[in-house]
Amino acid sequence: MYEDFFDPKENVELSPDVADEIRDTTCYMCACRCGIRVHLKDGAIRYIQGNRKHPVNKGVLCAKGSAGIMNHYSPARLAKPLKRVGERGKGEFEEIEWDEALDMASGWLRDIRATDPKKLAFFTGRDQSQALTGWWAGQFGTPNYAAHGGFCSVNMAAAGLYTIGGSFWEFGEPDWELSRYFLMFGVAEDHDSNPIKTGLATLKETGAKFVSVNPVRTGYSAIADEWIGIRPGTDGKFILALVHELLRADRIDLDYLVRYTNLPWLVIQQPGADDDGMFARGEDGEPLCWDGPTGQAADARLAGVSPALIGERTLPDGRTAVTAFELMARRYLDASCSPDAAARETGIPAATIRRIAAELADAAFEQEVVIDQPWTDWAGRQHEKMIGRPVAMHAMRGISAHSNGFQTCRALHLLQVLLGSIDCPGGFRYKPPFPKVAPPPLKPAGRPGDVRPDTPMAGPPLGFPTGPEDLLVDEDGKALRIDKAFSWENPLSVHGLMHMVITNAHNRDPYPIDVLFLYMANMSWNSSMNTGGVIDMLTATDEATGEYRIPKIIYSDAYFSEMTAYADLILPDTTYLERWDCISMLDRPISSADGAADAIRQPVLPPDRDVRPFQDVLIDLGARIGLPGLTKEDGNPRYPGGYADYMVNHERAPGIGMLAGWRGKDGTGHGAGAANPDQLARYVENGSFWKQELAPEQRYFKHANRDYLEYAASAGFIGAPEQIVLQLYSEPLQRFRLAARGHGRMQPPDAERQRIETYFDPLPFWYPPFEGDAIDTSQYPLHAVTQRPMAMYHSWGSQNAWLRQIHGTNPVYMNRTEATRLNLEEGDWIWIVSHHGRVKAPLVLMDGVNVHTVWTWNGIGKRAGAWNLDPASPEAKTGFLLNHVISELLPPREDGYRYSNSDPVTGQAAWYDLRIRIEKCAEDELPETSPQFDTLPPPPGLPERPGILRYGLMYARRSRSGRDAP
Amino acid sequence: MHPAYSVIVFTTFSGAGYGLLVCLALFGMTGGIEAERWLGITGFTLALTMITGGLLSSALHLGHPERAWRALSQWRSSWLSREGVLALATYLPALLLATNWIVFEEIEGAGYLFAMMTIVFSVLTVISTGMIYASLRTIRAWFNPHTVRVYLSFSLWTGALWFNLLAHLFGVHTPWVGVFMVVAGVLALFFKRKYWIFIDTHPVWVPPESALGLEGAGPVRQIAPPNTQENYVQKEMGYRIARKHMYSLRRTAFFGYFLIPWGVALLTIESEPVLRYAGAFVAVFAGMVGALVERWLFFAEAKHTANLYYGAESS
Amino acid sequence: MTMLPPENAGKKLGLVIDLDTCVGCHACAVNCKEWNTGGHSAPLPDDNPFGADASGVWFNRVHTYECGEDGNSRTVHFPRSCLHCENAACVAVCPTGASYKREEDGIVLVNEDICIGCKLCSWACPYGAREYDYDAGVMKKCTLCIDRIYNENLDEEDRVPACVSTCPANARHFGDLGDPNSDVSRLVAERGGVAPMEELGYKPVNRYLPPRPRRAGDDGGPQALQPVSPPDGSAADGLFRWIDRILSR
Ligand SMILES: Nc1nc2c(c(=O)[nH]1)N[C@H]1C(S)=C(S)[C@@H](COP(=O)(O)OP(=O)(O)OC[C@H]3O[C@@H](n4cnc5c(=O)[nH]c(N)nc54)[C@H](O)[C@@H]3O)O[C@H]1N2
Ligand SMILES: Nc1nc2c(c(=O)[nH]1)N[C@H]1C(S)=C(S)[C@@H](COP(=O)(O)OP(=O)(O)OC[C@H]3O[C@@H](n4cnc5c(=O)[nH]c(N)nc54)[C@H](O)[C@@H]3O)O[C@H]1N2
Ligand code: SF4
Ligand code: SF4
Ligand code: SF4
Ligand code: SF4
Ligand code: SF4
Ligand SMILES: [Mo]
Repeated sequence: MYEDFFDPKENVELSPDVADEIRDTTCYMCACRCGIRVHLKDGAIRYIQGNRKHPVNKGVLCAKGSAGIMNHYSPARLAKPLKRVGERGKGEFEEIEWDEALDMASGWLRDIRATDPKKLAFFTGRDQSQALTGWWAGQFGTPNYAAHGGFCSVNMAAAGLYTIGGSFWEFGEPDWELSRYFLMFGVAEDHDSNPIKTGLATLKETGAKFVSVNPVRTGYSAIADEWIGIRPGTDGKFILALVHELLRADRIDLDYLVRYTNLPWLVIQQPGADDDGMFARGEDGEPLCWDGPTGQAADARLAGVSPALIGERTLPDGRTAVTAFELMARRYLDASCSPDAAARETGIPAATIRRIAAELADAAFEQEVVIDQPWTDWAGRQHEKMIGRPVAMHAMRGISAHSNGFQTCRALHLLQVLLGSIDCPGGFRYKPPFPKVAPPPLKPAGRPGDVRPDTPMAGPPLGFPTGPEDLLVDEDGKALRIDKAFSWENPLSVHGLMHMVITNAHNRDPYPIDVLFLYMANMSWNSSMNTGGVIDMLTATDEATGEYRIPKIIYSDAYFSEMTAYADLILPDTTYLERWDCISMLDRPISSADGAADAIRQPVLPPDRDVRPFQDVLIDLGARIGLPGLTKEDGNPRYPGGYADYMVNHERAPGIGMLAGWRGKDGTGHGAGAANPDQLARYVENGSFWKQELAPEQRYFKHANRDYLEYAASAGFIGAPEQIVLQLYSEPLQRFRLAARGHGRMQPPDAERQRIETYFDPLPFWYPPFEGDAIDTSQYPLHAVTQRPMAMYHSWGSQNAWLRQIHGTNPVYMNRTEATRLNLEEGDWIWIVSHHGRVKAPLVLMDGVNVHTVWTWNGIGKRAGAWNLDPASPEAKTGFLLNHVISELLPPREDGYRYSNSDPVTGQAAWYDLRIRIEKCAEDELPETSPQFDTLPPPPGLPERPGILRYGLMYARRSRSGRDAP
Repeated sequence: MHPAYSVIVFTTFSGAGYGLLVCLALFGMTGGIEAERWLGITGFTLALTMITGGLLSSALHLGHPERAWRALSQWRSSWLSREGVLALATYLPALLLATNWIVFEEIEGAGYLFAMMTIVFSVLTVISTGMIYASLRTIRAWFNPHTVRVYLSFSLWTGALWFNLLAHLFGVHTPWVGVFMVVAGVLALFFKRKYWIFIDTHPVWVPPESALGLEGAGPVRQIAPPNTQENYVQKEMGYRIARKHMYSLRRTAFFGYFLIPWGVALLTIESEPVLRYAGAFVAVFAGMVGALVERWLFFAEAKHTANLYYGAESS
Repeated sequence: MTMLPPENAGKKLGLVIDLDTCVGCHACAVNCKEWNTGGHSAPLPDDNPFGADASGVWFNRVHTYECGEDGNSRTVHFPRSCLHCENAACVAVCPTGASYKREEDGIVLVNEDICIGCKLCSWACPYGAREYDYDAGVMKKCTLCIDRIYNENLDEEDRVPACVSTCPANARHFGDLGDPNSDVSRLVAERGGVAPMEELGYKPVNRYLPPRPRRAGDDGGPQALQPVSPPDGSAADGLFRWIDRILSR
């Protein structure tokens, strides 16, 4: 007693047991797909830990992943299938049973499929099931399928796949350990959230230099050794100036260029001819080069040849040709590509550009890394060592999300290749199944012949056109897809144009659709441009019939998002901890440069609501409407076990299934092999992932490494074990150009000729982003961009009790000097005005942002009521959405036509082309964001918002608290 | 610092209570005033009520009032604990003194001892109250020698005002009471002014640069707080008061707390009984109101170093 | 009891946080919350979690600042949690003995069973590291994950604070700063680790590693490349350079 009074001692429990059971699965709080170990105690989640053995995150977790508990138990979770009862958009629903819901959906879909399958538009957002959804669309027979890639980063993907047969993120990664110089363009967070952070830490340890090119200095840029606050949309100019410097000083890796690229290939110079600018080819279509020693044209792919790099040559057929190298060199040596010219556009001092070029060359050629590892090239020649140019680069949406993004990304790859730093030690490295042939030999299906009632499409809805004949357009050049993908407007829209679907469906251009089927995309809010307009289009009715212009909308979400209000039928999904799922080699696997890997999700807890995994539902629907791939001959479901069943037993091609691990009856096969009934059990035992390490001799120069190429071919990653030649000069682009010049069967409508001619340049070039070019920039002097907050995932972070305390609202950040010039002060309320509209926001000042740029966090602003948040929440009152002022259409061209606000080559949404001006709010204006929309009522089945959250109380030591868990 | 009313009320009233005890004891033992029974009954009841009331009100702002007794245990290190112990200890001599006064109507023998002890314990209690604040290095406006002086003089002055009132009411007023009141008042004003001058002129205590350990890296500015809605630390320590507002309150405190009571009390000291009572009463009232304002300012004007992390330029 | 243990007491467990690699991702803050809401101080409640003024108890919060003048200013992320001070006034002022500093490893804890919730300790903390649980009426704070670092139910590698094990940028290090030869002590020595508000004399055990100087051309590297052809920019000269470069494929 006395003791306890004067010298109270606490008996601290040093070794509490933390879990009754630990289940390994894959995080889904973002698309990084880290391995997690879910600790279960007393039937609830005690803790989610990073899986140290997992190839992606090696034990770490980001803020979102660490907040998984709060998403899993979110009060915004949908509880039961819902049928719209009130007007669309009012959010009035009634709960229905699954059978009714599935009957309803299958009823609608069956009719469409029996008559005109393309009347179904099936688009998916930030999901990770495209191997299933894309295949399902093909089975259904509609070409109108795509995922979010079109508004995400298709510029990056397409430019990479057409140029080097790979790209950043899932396609490749920097060689963090060996790199000496790391150049990062336009990245705030990226999909590779954790690996990038871990990688940057590695750079810090090795002392490699890290340069971040970004108008904003936050996050990664904050810790960069050098921050280059470039003007948005001008990276191409900067990159090509670096190329200019390297060429002038001949600081390029000629051996690399000769061995691995198409620069030595001869390009026909025959102005006016239908093959002008195409590669000169021999009888068997082999590309030709000029063999120096023999002094004549030769098969450019032969191992022995010694191609000349420069000089006009006369071909056997008497025509003239020059090497792609010469065309390249001529262009970039030109003064228009000089640092001084670039300085004007980019705002980066010419001296800085020169220095960066010098530093790149120094790192690449003076700090060369050598690995004592013999390897064999594609031609069977032994090399004693692996010699690397330790310059790594990474880029993401800062480059991608502009209307000049495709060519800018191409320029970036050109720079990498000139330095010889693709898949070499210290450089950028491919992740299997990449590299693939550039571009992958896969064409989009969807031509009139392909789309027939009650029949699957011949091929996949998405692919890689290599010429006009691959486009999905009719005789007079009109688009055949609802999003106008693969049309003359955006010929290489290899990920589709999800951001145009609602607009086009509403305008019935190119044709009306019947059902809009969306999965996991908050299209009435943060994932659409012109959000207000999209909301109107979703609810617009036909004057004549009174019908909705978009007749039926089916939507699958797991939570009460802004989009749910616009669905006629809601199929509630589970949370990521309640379902089987897979991250497949057929989609975007979790491989690392050292080996192929895929992963699964396993149910960790049973759903406590009447919800079903969307993948199960999709398979069920498929069976109900009798999709061949999903029904047995006798008409019964082929995969009664749902997605888990499909993951194991479905084969895309003989021996090739969703999961590459533990295949074959006995489960000893990897890559290809028969289905293995115990496959999932093997995955679960192994932490829910599979990885096959490459042998040391396979790890670099994968595009030309025989051992790797043979492995890749056997695993089905590539067709044949042949060298993958890097396509710096892009013949597919030239094909389109020739069509625009009036050659070939398929030619663009006259209105499109000039556009195709200009932007389908076979060599990368820079042009000003469209929006700035189309409007009076003196009226809109500033650029406005968004950034991913590291602790939030798009719209869905805000329902998370913990994450929303970190980002409950978002101000607009502006350069302090510029603000003073406009006499604006921190805390002022301002209007952000674009040619399209205006949005109100609070102002915060900083130094670390380009003078001509303002920025804010993406997706924080919420519609009042949504996500089961108090309508008075900061997300709805002060948090704002920049999307309101971004138009999905460009200002009209002369004839009044409005192109989509996208890259002319790929259709990538040009989010960051936005130009604005800032107007200070009047004294009497409310300090509240605008526009505001009516508050959304919670759909039936949602719980009351708790007034206080005591998560973990059930784990509190009894001695210290009598209270019971909430 | 966020001005918590319970604490303001507590310190104000218990302060006055101890002040009154001291007056009673001092004048009682020195015969500076006649130890009249009813004066004793009312005086001690009043003093002890103010003290007890104060203590209770301070217990109100605890998360666990039922555990308050534990606060007596750490007197070796904690001023708060010391205050608790001394506050309780003071009851003993005070009650003995009171009994003595009320029963015998004069203080002698043991009475002297009780009176002495009452004075000593009261003073020590008030000192430890002051030390609770004066020992916090986190708050420059408190961490200085002036704090304790202000607490002491403040307690004596408000006590004196009450004593003056009682002396009038029970018709035992003597010039000494007036003199004492004048002196206490002057002291109170003197120390409070020195305090204000000090906090207005003291150099920056801890700069934001030092809060980040980044001296030499140039001026520090917050660009993003860790949380977009206010957290406990911001609510508890983040209280900011506008300069203008502050000065007007200081004026109120100065008039209420000092000028009015002082003036009125003195002017009326020799006048008609009714006026005397009225004057003394107004003095007490004004004094206590002014004191509450002064005490509110004591918190509102205090800047905690933790604010440096949330964008405060100085502490 | 709230008398502080003798300062030379050997072991001083604490954190070393690297401001040069911290990208401000908040992972440490959230993972801390996740672990601790079910840990030693469970729960870490959140008031009005889905309302207008959500406010919860966190042991670790990540701030973002800019320092320096326009030209050479920089962005600095600053994670802030209890620094387990040697001269922890937060402990000394505690009237009940609820706050205490462990003799064996210097960890500063709150005994919630006897805390009366007077908040004085939080007033005494210069770093704003203590957070009051209005719901339970007691003070809470970083426990240095005392229920992890000695936890026999966890794998050896997991016996580190949650914030340390989760930091993707490896900016957080845990160890004995009392032992000059420990990894953390060496880090502090090499990188000139600092203690914030040293002038207040709290002697924090945690240390922050200051950001390294930037390298923007001032690090003795090359400044520009030498053109190999007359720099009149004329393409021909440039091309001439490669005429007779015949390399075998
Ligand atoms: N201004 C601006 N706008 C942008 C961007 C930008 O940079 N700036 N970025 C664009 C980019 S790149 C993208 S990818 C888009 C992303 O935008 P969206 O694709 O809309 O991504 P989210 O906001 O995450 O919305 C996805 C929806 O999926 C739901 N969901 C979450 N988990 C599940 C689940 O397990 N099952 C189901 N069925 N649904 C689930 C969420 O509740 C949410 O409603 O935003 C685009 N919008
Ligand atoms: N935490 C978190 N992680 C995410 C997401 C999320 O919502 N939250 N979303 C995921 C998704 S869908 C995607 S697509 C990725 C996107 O990953 P990121 O590409 O990193 O995403 P953004 O936030 O769009 O980053 C764009 C960056 O480019 C900069 N920038 C803008 N314009 C330019 C320019 O012209 N040039 C240069 N050099 N920089 C420019 C911006 O300042 C910003 O820093 O992130 C994924 N990861
Ligand atoms: S990065 Fe974070 S949210 Fe994304 S998967 Fe990994 S842990 Fe989950
Ligand atoms: S987790 Fe690491 S990098 Fe992220 S904020 Fe915390 S310390 Fe900084
Ligand atoms: S940081 Fe604050 S709470 Fe932690 S020991 Fe130091 S003074 Fe106490
Ligand atoms: S709040 Fe609790 S721990 Fe803090 S000083 Fe008061 S009793 Fe001690
Ligand atoms: S040591 Fe533990 S309690 Fe302290 S900040 Fe880190 S995670 Fe939180
Ligand atoms: Mo995206």
